[in-house]
Amino acid sequence: MTTSLPQAPASAPGRFGPYGGQYIPETLMTELHRLAAAYEEAQADPGFTDELHRLLTDYANRPSLLYAADRMTADLGGARIYLKREDLNHTGAHKINNVLGQALLARRMGKTRLIAETGAGQHGVATATIAALFGMECEVYMGEEDTIRQALNVYRMELLGATVHPVTSGTRTLKDAINEAMRDWVSRVDDTAYVIGSVMGPHPYPTMVRDFQRIIGDETRAELLERTGALPDAVLACVGGGSNAMGMFAAFIPDETVRLIGCEAAGRGADTPQTAATLATGRPGVFHGMKSYFCQNAYGQIAPVYSISAGLDYPGIGPEHAWLAETGRAEYMPVTDDEAVDAFEYLARTEGIICAIESAHAVAQARRLAPTMSPDQTLVVCLSGRGDKDVAAIARYRGKDLSDD
Amino acid sequence: MTDTTLPMPRPGARIARAFDHGTAFIGFLTAGDPTIEDSERFIRTMLDAGCDLIEIGIPFSDPIAEGPVIQEADLRSLQAGTTTDTVIDMVARLRPDTEAPLVFMTYYNVAFGYGLERFFTRCEETGIDGIIIPDLPYEEQAEARPIANAHGVALLSMVAPTSQERLRAIAGQAEGFLYVVSSLGVTGVRDTITTNLAPILQTVHAVTEIPAAVGFGISTPEQAAQIGSEADGVIVGSAIVRLIAEHGGEADGPLRDYVTSMVRAIRPVDAKAGSDRNAE
Repeated sequence: MTTSLPQAPASAPGRFGPYGGQYIPETLMTELHRLAAAYEEAQADPGFTDELHRLLTDYANRPSLLYAADRMTADLGGARIYLKREDLNHTGAHKINNVLGQALLARRMGKTRLIAETGAGQHGVATATIAALFGMECEVYMGEEDTIRQALNVYRMELLGATVHPVTSGTRTLKDAINEAMRDWVSRVDDTAYVIGSVMGPHPYPTMVRDFQRIIGDETRAELLERTGALPDAVLACVGGGSNAMGMFAAFIPDETVRLIGCEAAGRGADTPQTAATLATGRPGVFHGMKSYFCQNAYGQIAPVYSISAGLDYPGIGPEHAWLAETGRAEYMPVTDDEAVDAFEYLARTEGIICAIESAHAVAQARRLAPTMSPDQTLVVCLSGRGDKDVAAIARYRGKDLSDD
Repeated sequence: MTDTTLPMPRPGARIARAFDHGTAFIGFLTAGDPTIEDSERFIRTMLDAGCDLIEIGIPFSDPIAEGPVIQEADLRSLQAGTTTDTVIDMVARLRPDTEAPLVFMTYYNVAFGYGLERFFTRCEETGIDGIIIPDLPYEEQAEARPIANAHGVALLSMVAPTSQERLRAIAGQAEGFLYVVSSLGVTGVRDTITTNLAPILQTVHAVTEIPAAVGFGISTPEQAAQIGSEADGVIVGSAIVRLIAEHGGEADGPLRDYVTSMVRAIRPVDAKAGSDRNAE
């Protein structure tokens, strides 16, 4: 008989029902096993968890506020609305929660170089930030199209000492940035950690990123129980790959009374080809290391997708979301560009908060949902990021040019 | 150590022929680049010039294991309207004229999206002997291998310089031939290959009778001769695809010359290479 490695059963770690897995070139498999083992060890090591907690508190400004959006609540006339203010974290989004975890792990594994993909630039900025803090080398892959949409974040990354590679292959957006980051990783797996920015990719990433983001849901749950004595009736979050949503949902999955609502980017409409609403328009497939849902044609070619939001402009979704959708535990709603831009402006004028266009997708869904609920019910929106980076693009969308000349 | 209880008939049995007269020369091209008709003719030319086995790439929108040369070929092919069906139809036209082993190289979503049962049924009908799926590593092969094998198609495995302790397990269950990735990184021409392949090949040969062919980065006759002296086969992809990119539909002559020079480099005594294995 020959030596044999265990073949993964459907219930293996890294599987969510049939979704997840490790569909990645052989060159990376040893490293993925090493990463999964290192992550498991680190979780059990107080030296690691204490250091992560210290950085989240002292550097990233956690816990983030749970803000009662009273004017929005009064205006919509239904459920009491709370905003989980991940936009107030250092670097302006939830991304830093995950990057701190992965970068600490990379350091523990002896890596000296961090690479990352980025869509809106928030994950790239968070990775560049922590690389600076830890004295590590940092290279970020970003679709050329997104470097134009999010020029401000490109310069932020450069200020932080990172090198940004505009990716000119394919649709020149997030999907292509991930392709290039994987190609980099497969070439320099020895000294390089690939800091994936969402609950996607091969195992252990979807689990690890969810765990690092779970602090969003854990804080929300504890804080709301303390303030209201009850769990929320619904939690809402935008979903591209789905990390802020997964972090929020994770704390509430066993609480069956809590509706979990993911808001997908419908672009110009889920019934048009210019959409990124994966669960609404895609089907099961295997790409970027995972089995999940993907926007694709009849031959399994990954479809070009579109959203005004660079952070949600992705043809797939994390595998745990695919499973939550299929089992019905979570619901996923498409939100169009128009609805998201309206919500972006609405939140600014109603609450004085300029949120990321990504997060505005969840705000838009809250505007639809809250009036259908009663005043004794509560709804929490994860405000995953701040919107400074989007101001110029929203102005353009409204026909205003903010350029200096 | 080799598992001798393989199901009958052995999947991809024809693949062994590529290795039965010395070091094999294995050529890759992206089907449908620049057109599917050109690919059909190029495959006939390559076989005629001495290729022992052809890897036919079914293009994928996002080939993450490929360098720029094959990425661009996939893009050109898809833009020319190539689909899994047009590639399979091309193989069906070729198959009556050749007994040479032909394998597909594609990404898992192409087979998965087509439906594994339907995909491998069509492979069997058209006489495809094996398939290489770079994003389907050992741990994930169990969902595709039984279906491929039931249709007589070998699911080929890859090992890499980083495989280490995985090497014996992967080689032990390999079928068809074992694809040894020469270097870290993606496909593409490299000036030098620095990996010490000898220990990898020794381990492989200790575990399995299945031949081991080395690919990634090989382009020159000198590299082919050197790798060919250690391995059972030499795989060349990007260098061939680059010739097709340069010459488009007129690549027949350059391909014939190139394949001839590579076959001569790895099998200097085999003067009539290929000519008796491929009818008109």
